Amino acid sequence: MRQPPTSMSALEKRSFRNGLLFAMPWIIGFLAFSVYPLCASFYYSFTKFNAVTTPEWIGLSNYEGLLKDPLVLKSLGNTLFMALVSMPVNLCVALMLASIVVRNFRGRAVARTFFFLPSIIPMVAATMVWIWMFDPTYGYINNVLRMIGIRGPNWLIDARYTKWALVLMGSWTTGTTMLVCMAALQDVPVSYYESAQIDGANAVQRFFHITVPCIAHVLVYQAILSFINSFQYFQQVYIIVTANSGTKMGASLGGPQNSIMMYPLYIFHNAFTYLKMGKASAMAWILFVIVALLTVVLTTVSRKVNENAGVE
Amino acid sequence: MARQRQMTAYRTRQLIFRILFAILVVLLCVIFLAPFMVMITTSFKTNRDAFTLPVQLLPREWVFENYPKAFETIPYFRYMANTAFITFFSVLGQLLVTPLVAYSLSKIRWRGSKVISGLIMATMMIPISVTMVPMYRIYSKLHLVNTYIPLILPAYFGKAFYIIIYRQFFTGVPNSLMEAAWIDGANELQRYAYIALPISKPALTTIGIYAFLDAWSDYLMPLIYINKSDRNTLSLGLQQYISEHTVDWSRLMAAATIFVVPVVIVFVIFQRNFVQGIATSGLKA
Repeated sequence: MRQPPTSMSALEKRSFRNGLLFAMPWIIGFLAFSVYPLCASFYYSFTKFNAVTTPEWIGLSNYEGLLKDPLVLKSLGNTLFMALVSMPVNLCVALMLASIVVRNFRGRAVARTFFFLPSIIPMVAATMVWIWMFDPTYGYINNVLRMIGIRGPNWLIDARYTKWALVLMGSWTTGTTMLVCMAALQDVPVSYYESAQIDGANAVQRFFHITVPCIAHVLVYQAILSFINSFQYFQQVYIIVTANSGTKMGASLGGPQNSIMMYPLYIFHNAFTYLKMGKASAMAWILFVIVALLTVVLTTVSRKVNENAGVE
Repeated sequence: MARQRQMTAYRTRQLIFRILFAILVVLLCVIFLAPFMVMITTSFKTNRDAFTLPVQLLPREWVFENYPKAFETIPYFRYMANTAFITFFSVLGQLLVTPLVAYSLSKIRWRGSKVISGLIMATMMIPISVTMVPMYRIYSKLHLVNTYIPLILPAYFGKAFYIIIYRQFFTGVPNSLMEAAWIDGANELQRYAYIALPISKPALTTIGIYAFLDAWSDYLMPLIYINKSDRNTLSLGLQQYISEHTVDWSRLMAAATIFVVPVVIVFVIFQRNFVQGIATSGLKA
């Protein structure tokens, strides 16, 4: 601020140059790994080609083909199921774990480690273990269920249960959401609880009238993130489907009756299994538009809600 | 008297609550650890034992042969070396680039930093499904498929999630330190290298761990770009225990255990950095 006004612009210029230089790696990466592929993918969506041939312009045929492909709608439905069922389940599990580890008790750090550990181990290893645990005869889940007198389903074989198996598996890896919720819970002023207790509010009332409103903004944000992420749900189903069919080019690419054919999985198969890269690009662009719209709509709505709620 | 009775009633209720709470915590810990226990105990069972009813958690007979056998079934150490190679150069790239970009966005006042920050957030929602086909095409034209370049190169251009965490850290560092150096005549690069970077060691550690875990566990990128079996990473290699007809679960679990161990060790050592990174950014990896 002590600079005379004339040299301000020189200083500004230098800051601009430095700022740009420091950010340059990311800017180059952004152009090369985001902007270019986005544009190229849009162009490819109007063409027909496999991995080696030159894209040949076919207009809107890819998009018209998608309308006639029942698997597109089916995979979109499966993905929507995961988004709508998995998101609330995971949020509830994460909130429950967070309200446990936010308390002061002996072994708290250990419990937190245990709850979080599943979220960081390699997904392939974890998914393999779950496939083994889901085994209808020799798997642990059905054997534990049998001990309490329940006949467990054929988790990954019976099309009615495959998606629920995925939901169960997903609720095991809610560690990151748990940590975010925990940080939010720690910020709720203790005095709120104390005065509520004096007023005679019980634990359930305190939870719904103090805890939930105070961390609502975090919950909404996490819900949005997890909803959007569901549209990218891919790797676990790919591993399960591949493991079930034995080989990489197995017959059932979407699980039993395509019950776990997720939209991104179908994109992947179109691109790299069927080598229909134009069709895959058209599907991918639809996904991109869906995700972009959802992001804009959901963040705007949640911002409005938070504003209306006022400063609490 | 009435008051005393009330107090004892209160204490009893407290005690019951504490017991129930303890049971809940223990139960949840068991549930969350169960897959790990299944993985480890299965790795010490014979395959016949794993397929014997009634299923028992502990092996009927402890055997260690699954480990050497697991290393024979696939070129395990080769794959581990491949994975380590990719991981090392990915981590290196992220450590070099992330602080640079984060510094530009939080400690240099320039027009455009807000735009860049917004764009960085926006890139997080671009699905990989959209970018993978064009990227694959480029790499295959450059004859870089089945090399590690497609897996390592992006690390040298910064990843949104890491940059956001790092920026968060820098925002918490008072500007006075940099300003003092500026008065002493240090230029931007010197201020970055001698002040900002050394101060941000905790953030650097956090990013390093994230980058390590991400690269070590990565599945999708190797799946797309690697299809020569001697170039495989461990996450691809695990799939090879599953043949067309049978799965040797004992061997597979032994291989998975060795794959998971480094991750668990790193996590337990650096847990605090990890937890802070997520808690402060409010984001998921």
